This record gives sequence, C-alpha cells and structure tokens, in this order.
Amino acid sequence: MMNVHDLAAACGFTYYNGETLNGGAVGGAYCCDLLSWVIGRAGDGDALVTVMSNPNVIAVAVMADLPCVILSEGVKPDDKAMEKAKDNDVIVLSSPWTTYETAVKINGVLKAAGDRE
Amino acid sequence: MEPIVLNYQVDGEDFSTAGEASSAVKKALKQLGFSPDVIRRVAIAMYEGEINMVIHADGGEATAEISQEEIRIILADRGPGIKDIDLAMQEGYSTAPEEVRNLGFGAGMGLPNIKKYSDELKIESTPGVGTTLRILIRT
Ligand SMILES: Nc1ncnc2c1ncn2[C@@H]1O[C@H](COP(=O)(O)OP(=O)(O)OP(=O)(O)O)[C@@H](O)[C@H]1O
Ligand SMILES: [Mg+2]
Repeated sequence: MMNVHDLAAACGFTYYNGETLNGGAVGGAYCCDLLSWVIGRAGDGDALVTVMSNPNVIAVAVMADLPCVILSEGVKPDDKAMEKAKDNDVIVLSSPWTTYETAVKINGVLKAAGDRE
Repeated sequence: MEPIVLNYQVDGEDFSTAGEASSAVKKALKQLGFSPDVIRRVAIAMYEGEINMVIHADGGEATAEISQEEIRIILADRGPGIKDIDLAMQEGYSTAPEEVRNLGFGAGMGLPNIKKYSDELKIESTPGVGTTLRILIRT
C-alpha cells in the first residue's frame, strides 16, 4: 500500500484534479474500460486505469471507493468529468503511457515500496 | 433509530449526471455512521440499478429505506420492462445501444453486480409497463 500522491510522483503521473486532496492508499490497479466490470471487480485500494474520459468514470470511482482514476494514453477528461471530479473530490491522474505500461509502472513502484518496508 | 426514507426522481435524459440519487444516499449513509463495507455495497447496487433506469427505461424513481439493521433500495420505472429476467441476470447479456456502449456501459454485468453485492434482489417486470427492483442489504 502506498499513498496515491507518492505513487503519482514515483510513477511520473501528472494531475488533472486533486493535487491538494488527502489521498487514499493504493495497493494495486484495475485496468478496464467497461464500467460494470470495474464496479464488480475492482478491489479495495485499486487505482482505476482507463482510457474512458466521461463523467460516468468518475461516478464509478466514487461508488466503488477507488483511490484514484488514472487516464492512460494521455487521454484528457471531458469538461463534465472534470466538474464531477471536482465536486466529488476524486483524484484524476494523467499517464502518457499505454494502459499496460501504466500498470507495469504502478506494479514496479508498489513492489519497490513493499521491499523497502 | 427511526427508519429514514429518501426519495429521488431519476432523470432519463442526461447520462453525465446519472448516479446522483446513489451519490446522495451514499453521503447520507456516511453521515449516519454505517460501515464503509455497507456503504460501498449499497452505493454499488443502487448505482447499477439507477444507471439501468437511465439507460434502459428513460428514468424512474429511486427510494432508500434506511434502518439500523438493513437498507432497502427500491428502483421503479415505467420503461419497456424485461421480457426474460433469467436471461437479463446472466453475465454478458445486454441490449444496450451503441452510443451507450461507447460510454463504457453495456457489458451485461450490472444486474449480476447487484446480486453479488446485495443480500436479496427481487425483480418484478412487465413488458410494456415497467420494472421494479427491490434490493436488500443487511448492515
Ligand atoms: N430498468 C430496466 N428496464 C428495462 N430493461 C432493463 C432494465 N434493467 C436491465 N434491463 C435489461 O437487462 C439487461 C441486462 O442488464 P445489466 O445491467 O446486467 O447490463 P447492461 O445494463 O446492459 O450493461 P452494464 O450494466 O454492464 O453496463 C439490459 O441490457 C436490459 O436489456
Ligand atoms: Mg446495467
């Protein structure tokens, strides 16, 4: 487990929203663009990695208590998604890498943090 | 604690605001001090039902009855109804239109998710009349 802000810094993700929010703990990632899969399968502490950028993605992160949304491939959130993220205090990060590369990076950073403990 | 009843009209027009009723119930449960696990299960089950009303039934009415021991969610719509409920309950079955799939819905996982996260799920549906979901979550 690692605080989402520490993870963002270590992985090189940038912020669309939530840089000053209290971040939750990330223990892994769930990579998917189909929202009901995310709702049903994302575990506690999973960061959501997706290329979906509409407000429903933010709603799903809120409902499933996910610590953050990471938009891969440099995808930008649309205006309504940004508004929803602000209203609901959801941390939204940007990754220029593919979903796979993003997940690999997260895994590496979490592993290294775990090894140090 | 006296049972608390919360009631919402769910707009069928706007996908971007879908989930507001579930969001409001989630906040209320947090204030009432329910455990994170209970809150998460209610939020997930209610959100899936709410978004189904928006996608498949042009909106409807959402009610949450909250007591110490259990939370009941009732989602009632006057949409097209579900012809074959057993089929609709199967993972992967979906009639969601293309434009909805492009938003990330239509995996056919919503109803199975509700079943997974609730203690009881009852569906009453009449084609051409509407659908009512009754979801029970014990605290
Ligand atoms: N309120 C409703 N009114 C009419 N039909 C419904 C309603 N809810 C569900 N259905 C039918 O049941 C099917 C399965 O629903 P389910 O929620 O499991 O999947 P979905 O909504 O199609 O996709 P997903 O939930 O994964 O985004 C729907 O595609 C639709 O045909
Ligand atoms: Mg659904």
